[in-house]
Amino acid sequence: MSPYEDLIIDHWRNPRNKGTLPDPDADVTEANVPCGDVVRLQLKVRDGVVEDVRFDGRGCAISMASASLLTEMIKGRGLEELESMKPEEVVEALGGVIKPRLNCALLPYRALRKALDALRGEGSGANPPRRS
Amino acid sequence: MRDIRSDFPVLSRKVNGKDLIYLDSGATSQKPLQVIEAVAHFYREANANVHRGLYSLSVEATELYEDARRAVAGLIGADPQEVIFTRGTTESLNLLAYSLGEARVGRGDEILATVMEHHANLVPWQELARRKGARLIAAGITPEGELDLDDLKRKLSPRTKIVAVTHVSNVLGTVNPIPEIAELAHRVGAVLVVDAAQSVPHMPVRVGELGCDFLAFSGHKMLGPTGIGVLWGRRELLEEMPPFLTGGEMIREVWIDRATWNDLPYKFEAGTPPIAQAVGLKAAVDYLRELGLEEICRHEGGLVARALEGLLSRDYVEIYGPRDPSKRSGLIAFNLKGIHPHDVATLLDEEGIAIRAGHHCAQPLHRELGISASCRVSFYLYNTEDEVDAFLMALDRVWGVLGR
Ligand SMILES: Cc1ncc(COP(=O)(O)O)c(C=O)c1O
Repeated sequence: MSPYEDLIIDHWRNPRNKGTLPDPDADVTEANVPCGDVVRLQLKVRDGVVEDVRFDGRGCAISMASASLLTEMIKGRGLEELESMKPEEVVEALGGVIKPRLNCALLPYRALRKALDALRGEGSGANPPRRS
Repeated sequence: MRDIRSDFPVLSRKVNGKDLIYLDSGATSQKPLQVIEAVAHFYREANANVHRGLYSLSVEATELYEDARRAVAGLIGADPQEVIFTRGTTESLNLLAYSLGEARVGRGDEILATVMEHHANLVPWQELARRKGARLIAAGITPEGELDLDDLKRKLSPRTKIVAVTHVSNVLGTVNPIPEIAELAHRVGAVLVVDAAQSVPHMPVRVGELGCDFLAFSGHKMLGPTGIGVLWGRRELLEEMPPFLTGGEMIREVWIDRATWNDLPYKFEAGTPPIAQAVGLKAAVDYLRELGLEEICRHEGGLVARALEGLLSRDYVEIYGPRDPSKRSGLIAFNLKGIHPHDVATLLDEEGIAIRAGHHCAQPLHRELGISASCRVSFYLYNTEDEVDAFLMALDRVWGVLGR
């Protein structure tokens, strides 16, 4: 069964950075309403760098694996660098995603965009934006 | 049943290198050569507009179009004058929500639906209620996934003007007791609208036996082309209703500032109708009747019983709707514990198995079931026991990959 690379199965079975942070700088939720997938993404930022990150949620293997993988991809990276991160990076990291499932794969990426907006003071993060 | 699979060219194609196993006929059916050829033949030999030309070709096209109406009427035991061609179930129900709604529903009135309705038999009534200051309410289901008739009775009142119920649920597979509901609805003076999108293709349906006032269904789910559907209605009611769409064909006399309406059924068929599609639908009806709807129903019953037994014996599967196969039509919705239906559909597709995953245009029902989505297999006359078994084996492999 090839559309699910071992990497996706691995992240689905053993999600990384799953849970919640006590005092996040950004706390956003993004959903694919028609299919019921929900991803909550929390970032802790210090000196413009993602110091820590957690995700939580429910949904299909692709969206959950993508969320898990994304947390690994962004941890330790600077916000400015993340601003220019393209969705293709996520798809590539997942080993490619078939077209009808792109929306699932990019749900966590959309959550990240929302978190970056919140940190810039646009949109709604849970906490008021703090920049250090 | 005779070997009919060779009549359906698409069934012999490969998907992802595997033989296609098509288990989504509830969404749309495949088409036999007889239908494909009938449509092609019409365009090659008889194409013209209907009810307009005085020349032979148009007369012939008109004759074919009206033959189709007679064939559909024959299938459901109706008078051809009461058979209106539309674009599909959705348009048939919208026609009613506008036209019947205009004639019958006012401020403070109620429309009674059920929680198991397809959005097509719900949203048009919501909009009608909004326009008219009326109220849409819905009867619930029992824990077994059947219509809760007691709840329906409780919610009927002299305020109820329209009752809108599906004949067969496109998720639960439940077959609703339409004759009983018709009697209940008529007792309070309401009109009964039946969504037959999932019943007419799969079982014998006679409007006289159902006792309903309107019946809506789609050609594409019963071996016919897309773009054509049917609305059957009782003559007295159709006469009383204003037109839905206006324009050519549906009028008798037109002045600059007003017009008078054509007779039934043309009053409800504005503009050039789906002519080639009607010709294809007639071929589909002929095909279904030649095999016999009793026989088709029996065949699907066997497949559903087999699939149900297989699904119920797997403890990682949860099914929705009645567990007794005799209470269902030819489809089953289910979930694999903890696995999103989209994952199941994607992995099965890899094996050439086409199933539906999502909310199947029935969000309120899924909410009622406490789930956001489900998988659905739906069978038709061309499916086989081997396909059911292949599907069940493939499900075990999906569980092997994603189960935990
Ligand atoms: C029960 C039911 N009602 C209505 C519809 C809508 O049919 P259509 O999309 O052909 O208008 C469907 C199928 O999608 C259905 O299953």
